[in-house]
Amino acid sequence: MAPPIHRRPGYSRKAQYSLFATYVLAIAGTVFAGLLLVISVADPTGFAALRNAASETTAPVVRFFDSVRRTATDMGENLSAYFDAASKNKALTHQVERNRTQLAETDAVRLENRRLRGLLDLVESEEANKIAIGRLISSSASSSRRIATLSIGSNQGVAPGQPVRGPAGLIGRIIEAGPNTAKVLLISDAENVIPVLRLPDGQPALASGMGNGMVMIRPVDLGVNPFKKGDIITTSGNGGLYPPNVPYARIVRKTSDGAMAVPLAAPGNSPYVIVMRPYQEPAKAALDKALAQTPAAGGE
Amino acid sequence: MKNQILAIGLKILGPSRDYESRIERHQSPLKILLVPILSVMAGSIITAMPLFSDEPLLPPMGFLILLAWRLMRPGIWPTWVGLPLGMFDDLYSGQPFGSAAFLWSLTMIVIEVIDSRAIWRDHIQDWLLAAVAITLVIFGGVAVSGLAHWAPEIFVVMPQILISILVFPLVVRLCARLDNWRLAA
Repeated sequence: MAPPIHRRPGYSRKAQYSLFATYVLAIAGTVFAGLLLVISVADPTGFAALRNAASETTAPVVRFFDSVRRTATDMGENLSAYFDAASKNKALTHQVERNRTQLAETDAVRLENRRLRGLLDLVESEEANKIAIGRLISSSASSSRRIATLSIGSNQGVAPGQPVRGPAGLIGRIIEAGPNTAKVLLISDAENVIPVLRLPDGQPALASGMGNGMVMIRPVDLGVNPFKKGDIITTSGNGGLYPPNVPYARIVRKTSDGAMAVPLAAPGNSPYVIVMRPYQEPAKAALDKALAQTPAAGGE
Repeated sequence: MKNQILAIGLKILGPSRDYESRIERHQSPLKILLVPILSVMAGSIITAMPLFSDEPLLPPMGFLILLAWRLMRPGIWPTWVGLPLGMFDDLYSGQPFGSAAFLWSLTMIVIEVIDSRAIWRDHIQDWLLAAVAITLVIFGGVAVSGLAHWAPEIFVVMPQILISILVFPLVVRLCARLDNWRLAA
């Protein structure tokens, strides 16, 4: 195919000028976009209002498609549950038998724990830390940033900085909140650095996302790399943002300076997520304020 | 009878004689104008739908559809079209605001320059051009989000680039279908 003829305006001055004007506009537009980019690099939350307005507009449609998707997934799971039902039943019965003794022991430990906490005057309840329950309705599937959209927003008390968990474990934290939707920075994003520890010995470490669904665990003590495949990692509560003892990830591979792990909670198939209060809000606020006043002390 | 607006619209948007109106049937100027724009915007919104992936795998559909229209029908849009459509994409993509606006504008200018030099173009050549553009824009997107945030390592987007390049001919097919519908009288 030869190039189209109308891009050569011929001898008409008017046509020549208007073609030239589109080129000037295109270059000016690129410069303008570059400036927008500089602004949003300097202040990443600067255009949050625009983005929130956009996700509020599409949210009703997305909620509908999300419920369709969930119904379809449930149907699939129900159907597949019928296959091998007998052998599955047998295996599960055995498992229940085995778990029963463990459960009794756990109950005893929990009781003792509550008694000891009562002695120490420590009052901590899961219920008091809960702000709202919602659903993840979409995720940034084409960007290298890992962000999900939550179906609830500031009308339900959601605010930036609050941690989010699902039934299986930690999901991420709120970075932007609109009236009825909010954006969650998932734990697999490279920016999400989380203080964690290994069960059961409490080896402290720092975890950050890899951007590909895995997380990288680095021990705090340099020179030792105590991790093994299969270790369970939970949050430690350091830093005051994420509450302690939230299941985080399972280690799949040891690397030269730490380990690679897979998050326990998958954003795609968590039936619901809980938005929680930051673990130690007043202390964190004081720390953030101090950091903001200290020059050249940025970052996580 | 053709009215004045339709005549101008046809001149700007540049379809050929094949699509001229038949007896008592007229092309809709609104459809001619809006179908390409709305299809790009729809491609941008796809990422707001309930699709979950652990890594960036979904091709940047808005960009693919933009490229397909631009390469299939040169002159359909003025060169500056990358700015408004890119800004719309930025609302949904999760990238820093201005990222797509900048990269798409740049792509449109580069394609315009290549078009003014090229003597002959065919589908394979378009695909090659699109492949280079997709690769650079996706890498550019990672680099840009790396300026504002901690960015993942660059190889994370390799599967996405490969999928996007392979999906491009399908997107061209889709746009060609839309084009027929858009121009039909």
